[in-house]
Order: sequence, then structure tokens, then C-alpha cells
Amino acid sequence: MFWSVTQSLLEGFGKTAELFALTLLFAIPLGLVVSFGSMSRFGPLKWLVRSFVWVIRGTPLMLQLIIVFYGPGLLGTGAQNLLSGGYDGRFLQLVEWVASWTVHSRMVAALVAFVINYACYFSEIYRGGIESIPVGQYEACQVLGMTKTQAFFRVVLLQVVKRIVPPMGNEIITLVKDTSLARTIAVYEILWNAQKFTKTNGLLWPLLYSGLFYLVFTGVLTVLLRRIEKRMDYFKSV
Amino acid sequence: MSILEVTNLEKSFGKTRVLKGVSFTLEAGEVLSVIGSSGSGKTTLLRCINALETADGGRITVDGSVIFDSERTQKFSKAEQRRNQRKVGLVFQQFNLFPQYNVLQNVTLPMLLQARSRRDDSGRRALTAQIEATARGYLERVNLSDKLESYPCELSGGQQQRVAIARALALEPKILFFDEPTSALDPELTVEVLKVIRGLKNAGRTMVVVTHEMEFARNVSDKVIFMADGVIEEEGTPEQLFGAPKSEKTAAFLTRSYD
Repeated sequence: MFWSVTQSLLEGFGKTAELFALTLLFAIPLGLVVSFGSMSRFGPLKWLVRSFVWVIRGTPLMLQLIIVFYGPGLLGTGAQNLLSGGYDGRFLQLVEWVASWTVHSRMVAALVAFVINYACYFSEIYRGGIESIPVGQYEACQVLGMTKTQAFFRVVLLQVVKRIVPPMGNEIITLVKDTSLARTIAVYEILWNAQKFTKTNGLLWPLLYSGLFYLVFTGVLTVLLRRIEKRMDYFKSV
Repeated sequence: MSILEVTNLEKSFGKTRVLKGVSFTLEAGEVLSVIGSSGSGKTTLLRCINALETADGGRITVDGSVIFDSERTQKFSKAEQRRNQRKVGLVFQQFNLFPQYNVLQNVTLPMLLQARSRRDDSGRRALTAQIEATARGYLERVNLSDKLESYPCELSGGQQQRVAIARALALEPKILFFDEPTSALDPELTVEVLKVIRGLKNAGRTMVVVTHEMEFARNVSDKVIFMADGVIEEEGTPEQLFGAPKSEKTAAFLTRSYD
């Protein structure tokens, strides 16, 4: 029994780890784009992005998962029904066309929802980090003849990274556990697999066992994050 | 022809007029001290010349070329702005060193970035070596040859300010500006920074120093400007201005400063 549970949990953990890694891979850079949007000097863009961040941070991730998974399909079907019912219109055709292109994979839907959700959280951390850099750093760059891009990437960015590692660590550890929400749309991650044994065999320990997986994973991440912090100990932010 | 000509410079923040038409000139090789109480517009004047603020009116000419003119209809392009910026250098009150780079890198980084944007394709490695050698030279001039590998957080304020001076010098500006270079320093550390500035004067550098160090202004400058309420209240040689101030405001300020 132990081995079959272990095997099943490992399989589920593979999904969990995949979802975790891919979410980080896409959400970390996307968050930077979102944070630039929310700091834009172009008012409409700034407010659009900030409202979006508000909606994403202000509603449950579980709700977002369900909408991303079912939404396009339902819209597509709706459009199809209207089209076959004699209605005509470019817009309906467009909706149907877009819906037909959305991937009906549960994993992809989960990934999309996670990436959007986490990019919004990350963007606020980035924004805090970027805005905390003293204006003197930018002014020094300017009088030393740097372009704005050079100033950001050569001078400001690493200082921002140093400041955001602790709050990003928090989010990253939360993400490990949030991946379990993917079961809402039947992505068979580790917790789903563990509960399967509770339901069918009336066993409690597979659940505790799955908790151990999470603990080890977050433990490793904690060590990694501390190492990253250590590597930037050689300088102090101004 | 003067190396710096400032004509009728005006700047307001909201309804506050900080500069109400400031004009002066400076000859190559001269050192100008700008004194005056807080809020008199000294720092704003420096920031306008260094393009950290955009003046509302007036004209600034450095070494014969106009770097700011409110009458100009066509705006300077970004590249032109950077070219203008290269003619002047600024040392800040708060040093503003880059904390993640060591002393040598703080000096070489802006040099490397400028060299690259000019596309000197004389071999990247040779160029880097040459820039490093130049940077070491400037750091030697400010007596920091033994701190090349140190990071700003490991240095005293005086040492940090000397790195900042070397960093500005290394780009070879026509005029070097100092914005209260010793105001953030402990008294015992101001000496080493002032000594460096004095050394630069002896080497023939053109400099403008906004300062509260009256003794320094008196002994080092060729010319002193006293600012009050956004205008130049009085200007002259240090002997004139400190010895026999013509304006009552100047005299009152000097009495207060020596208390």
C-alpha cells in the first residue's frame, strides 16, 4: 500500500511542481510588465492596469480558475448557438473563432489562471521595490549620461531585486500551496491523489504524507531563497 | 568667451519663484562658490544647469554651445540632451554612489556605457582595459588607490564623496559642479573632500561649488556669488565679498555664518 500511495503522490507532485515552476517562469517577467503599466505616466493605461490588478487580487483564485476553464467554452457555445439561430455578426464569429482556439486542457487553464493571478501580486511587489529606490540613484545616472534603460537595468534593477527577495519568497511559498486549488478544475495534483485514498480506502495517512511533500518542497525553497539573500549581502541599499 | 554663461535663468515650483532671473559668467579655470541661506535658490540653479530641472526661462551656454534656451522652438532630442549633459558634471550632497558596484566599477560603469554608445569599435577588451586604467588614475588623484575593490557601504562618507568626485571627473566634463559636497559629512571628514577640490583647482579645473563652508569659499574660489530670494544679491572676488560686502543682506548673512 505504502508504495502505491508513494507512487501516486509522486505522480501528483510532478503536476504540482510543473504548475509551480511554469507559473513562476511566466509570472515573474509578466509581473514586471504589469508593474510598468501600473506606474505608467499615461493615465488611462495606469488606471486600466490598476483596476485589473484590483479585480485579480480582490477575487478568489478559485473563482478565476473556474472562469478561465469554463468561460471560453461557454462563450463559444453561446456564440455558436446564436449564429446557428440565424443571428449574424462579425463579433459573434470572432468570439466563436477565439473560443475554438482556446486549449481545452485543464493544465493550461490552471496555468493561465495562476500566471495572471501571481503576475498581479508580483507586480505590486515590484512596484514597491522600484518606488523605494531613492531618486538620487536615477539623478546620478542621468548626470553620468546614462539612458533611462541603462539606468534601470545597470543600476536600479539589482537594488530592487535585493529589496524584493523577502516578499517574493513569501509569495513563492504561498504558490506552492495554492497549486492545490487546481484540483477545482480536476488537475490531478498531489492533494487530489492523496484524497483519492481517503475516499476509496478510508485512509488518513496519505493526506499527512502529502503534507510532508509540501513541507520538504517549501523547506528546500526556504534554503534557496536564503542563499539568494546571502549572495546580495555584500552591498547595502542606500 | 566665457566657458559658462547663464542668462536670465528663471524657475518656479508651482507659485513659488525660486529663480527670478539669474545671470552670471565663469571663465575657464576659475572656481566659483555660490553661497546663501537655504531656500535662496542655489541648489535649484545647479540642478537647472545640470538638467535635473527644466528652467522656465533663460539661456545656458557651456563652452560656446547652448545647452538650454527657453526661446528655442525645437526641443533637444534625447541624444542631444545626453551630449549636452556630458559637458557638465555634478557631485551630489548625498554622493549617490551605486551600492552594488565596487569603487572601481562605480567609476568605470558610466565610462563604459558612454564608450559603447559612441561605438568605438577598437576592440572591446582593449577599450575596457583603457577605461579601467583611466579610472584608476582618477581614483589615485582622490587618494583612493587602496580602496578599488571596496563597496560603498564599507567606506566613510568622505571616501564615498571622493569616489563620487572621481566618477564625475572621469567623464571629463568642461565644468564640474558640486552641490554642498560636505554637508552630509561629519566635520572631521569635510577636510579630506575640500582638500581634493583644492587639488583640482590647482590642476586648473573649472568648478562651481554650492557650499556652506565660508572659509573654503574664501580661500579657494576666484569668484563668489551670494544668492538671496532667487536673485544674485552680490558677486565679486572673495576679498571683495567677504572683506567689504556692498549689500546689507550679504553682510548680515556673513555675520550669521560666522557666529
